[in-house]
Amino acid sequence: MNTTTAKPKSLFQKVWDAHAIRKLASGQTQLLIGTHLIHEVTSPQAFGMLRDLGLKVLMPHRTFATVDHIVPTDQMFEPFADPLADAMIKELRRNCAEFGITFFDRSTGHQGIVHIVGPEQGITQPGTTIACGDSHTSTHGAFGAIAFGIGTSQVRDVLATQTMALGELKVRRINVEGKLETGVYAKDVILHIIRKLGVNGGTGYAYEYGGPVFDSFSLEERMTVCNMSIEGGARVGYVNPDQKTFDYLKGRPFAPKGSAWEDAVVRWTSFRSEPGCHYDDVVTFDAAEVEPTVTWGINPGQAISINERIPTVEDAPEEEKASVAEALAHMKLTPGAAIKGTPVNVAFLGSCTNGRLSDFVEVAKFLKGRKVAPNVRAIAVPGSQGVAKLCSEMGLDKLFEEAGFEWRGAGCSMCLAMNPDKLVGDEVCASSSNRNFKGRQGSPNGRTILMSPVMVAAAAVTGVVSDAREVFGT
Amino acid sequence: MPLEKITKIVGSAIIIPGDDIDTDRIIPARFMKCVTFDGLGEFLFYDVRHNETGEPTDHPLNRPEAKEAKFLISGNNFGCGSSREHAPQAIYRFGFRAVIAGGFAEIFFGNATTLGMPCISLSRSDLVDLQKTIHAEPSTKLELDLASKTLAVAGKSYAVQIRESARDALINGRWDAIGELLDALPKVRETASRLPYMNV
Ligand code: SF4
Repeated sequence: MNTTTAKPKSLFQKVWDAHAIRKLASGQTQLLIGTHLIHEVTSPQAFGMLRDLGLKVLMPHRTFATVDHIVPTDQMFEPFADPLADAMIKELRRNCAEFGITFFDRSTGHQGIVHIVGPEQGITQPGTTIACGDSHTSTHGAFGAIAFGIGTSQVRDVLATQTMALGELKVRRINVEGKLETGVYAKDVILHIIRKLGVNGGTGYAYEYGGPVFDSFSLEERMTVCNMSIEGGARVGYVNPDQKTFDYLKGRPFAPKGSAWEDAVVRWTSFRSEPGCHYDDVVTFDAAEVEPTVTWGINPGQAISINERIPTVEDAPEEEKASVAEALAHMKLTPGAAIKGTPVNVAFLGSCTNGRLSDFVEVAKFLKGRKVAPNVRAIAVPGSQGVAKLCSEMGLDKLFEEAGFEWRGAGCSMCLAMNPDKLVGDEVCASSSNRNFKGRQGSPNGRTILMSPVMVAAAAVTGVVSDAREVFGT
Repeated sequence: MPLEKITKIVGSAIIIPGDDIDTDRIIPARFMKCVTFDGLGEFLFYDVRHNETGEPTDHPLNRPEAKEAKFLISGNNFGCGSSREHAPQAIYRFGFRAVIAGGFAEIFFGNATTLGMPCISLSRSDLVDLQKTIHAEPSTKLELDLASKTLAVAGKSYAVQIRESARDALINGRWDAIGELLDALPKVRETASRLPYMNV
């Protein structure tokens, strides 16, 4: 534990120090990974490599598995119609059984998107290191964990050694001061940050988010922001743990119990960044400047507020002209026109960014008594079986269905093209997910417009990109 | 586990123009439905290499000389997005042995290095100059020397940037860390035992 006489440290520094094993010859650090999360897409090759090398899983009780990307959200039985998907879930089942790994399989009632399951189970805890073969692992930083997205070879490293080789990151403190206007959400905050700092502005950094807006955010809202850190190029994003963090975790299946709980809270608190600690950079935003934000292009930084106009190539800075032109051509949008009013074909509510209980509760407030526009295909996909259960206890599944949404089973669904939920041709999708890359939603010509869940609902009921504040009179 | 020391790479190059080329484009997600990396090279940049009916387009990777190329050249922030190792695996399995760009997304950079495939950055002006040379003569040979951090092309020599830890790992045959990581298991257990949440 850190003494008070030492130089004040950031949470990142403290967690790093507590988990550093040694310096490697390359100059990187061998870092202990306390918690390892795996899913079906990036783990099978890693288990294959272990077998090839004749290695075992060092600490099987520190790896937790779920299945999310390939799960068809409209088919509850197996075998899956897609034989490749079916082979993948079977392979994960086999690997978990063989190596003694806890698997939140579909039959457990706890399956779901890996970044929703970890927090829900209380596995994600402050002051810990977490790794997962998935770039949105940064989500877990909402709890004050240092959480890394890794590649498959590193999944192998963590399985075999519970460590990985990593260069230390710099820390950028991002303050959001003031108070968000009504109708402006956590999703808008992160789209705004990425727009301002750029899609590679975070390279080499861990982002520490703080200030009044983050203090007032729920854990679920903090997760939405941390989730998209990677879209801004940052490897890691986190918020210092506070009473809300502890309240969220209390009583969850993997949270400490009894007297261990009190000890844990003391320990967790000790990991908070100390006043006066060193940050490599500090950036401050004013909450009043954040508007409901939507993307117009093909990366999450190509975003504007709902009342701005679509950029033109002429007005773009010299070094961005080519990418603006490419984005406009793909999106088939008129430069200089309003984004508001752009027709949409599909509305997607879900993903590890915005597929949690609070997202559906918030949308339900506005959707009640309204109908999805006739030409829009709308799907609502709870991020986990746990979220689905809570939603149905509140009657939200019925409410969404009455409004004309399809209510699905838990999974990644239309966030990426690894299951049957896909865009067709050049369909436009109003999406609560995190990536608008070309082809991301399954059709090479598909067009994705990222926005908050309530904005997705507004687009669903009007059939066009809309300002939810106008549509719902907030 | 002795690994090859990667110091020199010699061969021709293919240019994939554009900035912010993300890993969904490098290997579209639907091709990740696999339990091994074998055969992934075939699906590299699939969506731009094929038209809507699945016929090959005139994409640079479909030209016969692509099969011989050792260098893939692109713009800034190459490999952003998903952490999928399928992306560098597909590039490597297609036959490339190094990627040259204005800059790289971090996870991609790390994944590629672990495969023994250097990711090197050039300044914007050098990158433009290099691309011009290759456009004019697609069979131009490039010679990367990681020891001297230079790229020799048609009588010119460009200074290349690569993170020192990666360069060191490549030229000393330490680019796959697993062997070194395994050496420290007693210390790993000891550190884990000091962290109550790890329950060891
Ligand atoms: S919801 Fe989307 S971003 Fe999140 S883990 Fe699934 S595919 Fe990845």
